Amino acid sequence: MSSALLSVENAVVDLPTPRGNLRAVDHVDLAVGAGRTLGIVGESGCGKTMLSRAVLQLLPKKARLSGRVMFDGQDLTTLSAEKLRKLRGRSLAVVFQDPMTSLNPVLTIGTQLIETIQEHLELDLAEARQRSIELLAAVGIPAPEQRLAQYPHQLSGGMRQRVAIAVALSCEPKLLIADEPTTALDVTIQAQILDLLAREQQRRHMAMIIITHDLGVVAGRTDEVAVMYAGRVVERAPTPALFKQMRMPYTEALLAALPKLDVAPHTPLPAISGRPPDPTRPLKGCSFSPRCRYSAGRCAFEKPQLCSAETPEHLYACFHPIAARVGA
Amino acid sequence: MLFFVARRLLYLVPVLIAVSVLTFVIASLLPGDLAYVILGDQATPENVAALRHDLGLDQPIWLRYLGWLWHILQGDFGRSFRTGQTVLQAVSERVPISFELMILAELIGLAIGVPLAIACAAKAGSAFDRLMTGSAFGMLSVPTFLSAILLIYLFAVELRWLPATGYVPFTEDPLANLRFMVLPALTLGLAEWPGIMRVLRSDMIAALQEDYIALAKAKGLKPSRILFVHALKPSSLTLVTITGINIGRLIGGAVIVETIFALPGIGRLLVGAILTRDLIILQGVVLLVGAGFVIMNFIVDLLYALLDPRIRHGHA
Repeated sequence: MSSALLSVENAVVDLPTPRGNLRAVDHVDLAVGAGRTLGIVGESGCGKTMLSRAVLQLLPKKARLSGRVMFDGQDLTTLSAEKLRKLRGRSLAVVFQDPMTSLNPVLTIGTQLIETIQEHLELDLAEARQRSIELLAAVGIPAPEQRLAQYPHQLSGGMRQRVAIAVALSCEPKLLIADEPTTALDVTIQAQILDLLAREQQRRHMAMIIITHDLGVVAGRTDEVAVMYAGRVVERAPTPALFKQMRMPYTEALLAALPKLDVAPHTPLPAISGRPPDPTRPLKGCSFSPRCRYSAGRCAFEKPQLCSAETPEHLYACFHPIAARVGA
Repeated sequence: MLFFVARRLLYLVPVLIAVSVLTFVIASLLPGDLAYVILGDQATPENVAALRHDLGLDQPIWLRYLGWLWHILQGDFGRSFRTGQTVLQAVSERVPISFELMILAELIGLAIGVPLAIACAAKAGSAFDRLMTGSAFGMLSVPTFLSAILLIYLFAVELRWLPATGYVPFTEDPLANLRFMVLPALTLGLAEWPGIMRVLRSDMIAALQEDYIALAKAKGLKPSRILFVHALKPSSLTLVTITGINIGRLIGGAVIVETIFALPGIGRLLVGAILTRDLIILQGVVLLVGAGFVIMNFIVDLLYALLDPRIRHGHA
């Protein structure tokens, strides 16, 4: 694990709320090697965004984080604000979910690109401008030179997300965190943006974390997938191994909930019944057990720990994993 | 942009017509016949009737309005029957005083309000923020005549740093002029900053919650740049509005402050016209002040467009 570019060790994020403490992230361990891609998958409220904010050290003021976030040999949780600032945007970049709100509406595209470049790289205005034009061209924006003078509202959603990606790539980061980068976009644009991210990642040899609720997004585009539920990682595996044989019933349910093209019209989606548990009232047993088809016996009383399957890379937290059930 | 300006200018026409109608009607509805005011209570009915005829007062109101408007369009706002001064003369003599007072007061209000608002928004909820928000509330409830008297007592009576009343034109002696202006401007400025501060503070706190601020942080920008560029610029629209309204209001002169400090500005002209029933002056000045207010709002609209590209491009 020490060779990893980013490793999150035993991370816990607590948010005080009027209804009591909300544990958004519950003892999570993750690692991403240089140049590798990790997908974090889970439904809304599972803590995946809080986890990414914890990595960026951009948690809400009231949130408390414990555990370590090691990035490039430094523990981000103990770094000074000034050192963190020099890291953010430079080695550690992010693309947010909604390009309609993540770009400043009153500043030009050029300003928002150039300010990032000039903050971190020793370039004069003309050089930073030139670099911005190249970046916009690289992310597939036509007439990049004219775009510099335009404002976000003059661009479509897909174009804005491309600009946001150009901003993230502007200083050649070592790690890019894409937090639901396509959720707010039209379906036709989604694949384009994901392909763009994959292409730039390959070209720049950067590590990437894709956060999504859509297993389909991570399927062909990641090296490893972590499935989160109620703040915990419940299954983690190299992507091919996960799709070949998932162990955790929740992963299976997520996959089943994906819309498919080959079903008869008007077939209802096989949604996961029930709701995620109230994060301010943690369950004693497995958090998924109230919704799980295979729940039995100790599931309700005891929390399953992450344990490995056939290979040490494939981890899952379940007393009744899927393959074992087939054998039984 | 040119189209935007032209469209805004076109909107001004009906507003200015409405202002002129209201001004004229209100002045005409005031009790007391102008002829009696001029001739006095002892005038014979024949004299009154003759004067009414000369002044056109025996004509229907819409005809009188059109006649008045016709003269105004030719630049003739009328002449005071008391002093013989034309409205334009009277106003142009006093406008520089009220204008200077307004500019200084607004500058003081902004100089206190804007930095405080930014500091409070950056540390929202802190002890400093609560103290300042509380002080702003307190200041809002202090009427200008009270703060004027307190300032006179402190700076003119006790410390003897500044004169309490009087006026010297700027062109005669700039330094003396400023010495006379400090206290009245400070009085008005102290009434201006709480509004400026509270509006800008709440707008900035809202802006600081936006996604684009989170991204600006994630880009590793300096906290000062995030505060002054990314948060201040989108928050300044309401600030421009209330500054514009304040300026528009002060174009009409600050009646109370001009009276207390004996500044011969527009406010004193208006009060004098009302007290002496000088309807011609009153009508003319109210119309000019109304027009000034409307034009100020037009400038505010242009500033909006300058600050927010979405308005400039007709998106919002």
